[in-house]
Amino acid sequence: MLDLLIPLILLAVSLIGLWRKQDVYGLLTEGAADGLRLLARIAPSLIILLTAVSMLRASGALDALTAFLSPAFALFGIPPETAPLMLIRPFSGSAALAVGAEIMAQYGADSQIGRTAAVMLGSTETTFYTISVYFGASNIRRTRYTIPAAIIADFVGFFMASLSVRLFG
Amino acid sequence: MLEYKSNYLEVERMISLLFTILTAAAVFSALCTGTPGLTAAALKGASDGISVTLAMAGAICLWSGVSKVMQATGISRAIARFLRPLLEKLFPNAAKDADTLGAIGGNFTANLLGLGNAATPLGISAVRQMQAASGGNAATDEMCRLIVLNTASIQLIPSTVAAVRASLGAAAPFDILPQVWLTSLCSAGAGLAAAWLLGRAYA
Repeated sequence: MLDLLIPLILLAVSLIGLWRKQDVYGLLTEGAADGLRLLARIAPSLIILLTAVSMLRASGALDALTAFLSPAFALFGIPPETAPLMLIRPFSGSAALAVGAEIMAQYGADSQIGRTAAVMLGSTETTFYTISVYFGASNIRRTRYTIPAAIIADFVGFFMASLSVRLFG
Repeated sequence: MLEYKSNYLEVERMISLLFTILTAAAVFSALCTGTPGLTAAALKGASDGISVTLAMAGAICLWSGVSKVMQATGISRAIARFLRPLLEKLFPNAAKDADTLGAIGGNFTANLLGLGNAATPLGISAVRQMQAASGGNAATDEMCRLIVLNTASIQLIPSTVAAVRASLGAAAPFDILPQVWLTSLCSAGAGLAAAWLLGRAYA
């Protein structure tokens, strides 16, 4: 059923668009052009950050980090290979995308590690970035318990990503 | 978009630091272990940046198009209306002001549809209006709740991740959807519970 998800969304959206007398095709292409602009903004970060991540992988530093964190992660059933992703996720969206893509390429997009990395990417956010932008723009200085609460949510997210992939593939 | 430029600088400094730390760790580790091939790896990484971008470009553009139609046809607004009762429960103070509740609803809907770029300005304007209502420089309970729900990233269609998976040869790029939903819901629930408990401790 998930196999038909995107075709069904496309069908539903264009039917509703036609029914509401909208220029469906024009909107789709306009959006696609927006997508290209978005990609033009993401690409430079991906190039620079993947350079760093690729060096980190080749230098053996990522394997050392994985080995070092292995026992702690085993306790929670989180694949230690996803450690670099978890460490970078709260700070930068494009760095997380770069690290996540590298992990999926290294271990296989359909491997358990690759799938866990994908679920982690899809279900967590750039916590510190979000807090700094939202509160910075509205002059909130005392964040009170926002950071601990958000970190607990992130940790539960990483844990559940590993658990759900282990249970449901 | 311009409003949060000043804060952007801090964020950019953070990423500069991140890049430097990653590179330093790579160089240090290669020197210590005598691992060769770092130059080739650097260039390979840069070229991967382009291939990953190109590989996910089509899917991202397609989804941007779909979301454009969703906005133009009022599907987004229908979702926001559907969410209203829930948001009124979560944000009773903010709900007293129609504009604030509208911004929160728009923020949620954009997150649900995976439109991070649309979600951020709406979330900022919601927090600003909440700040204006509270008057202080301290985060209110409802602001914390809004942040936690944003960072839990509740997405119906995680299109970017699916695009990356597709580009790396996943058989069914969207078959991780149930896991993503379950994980987001648990993470949001845990965040709200933590916020509630910590809120009592900080009161």
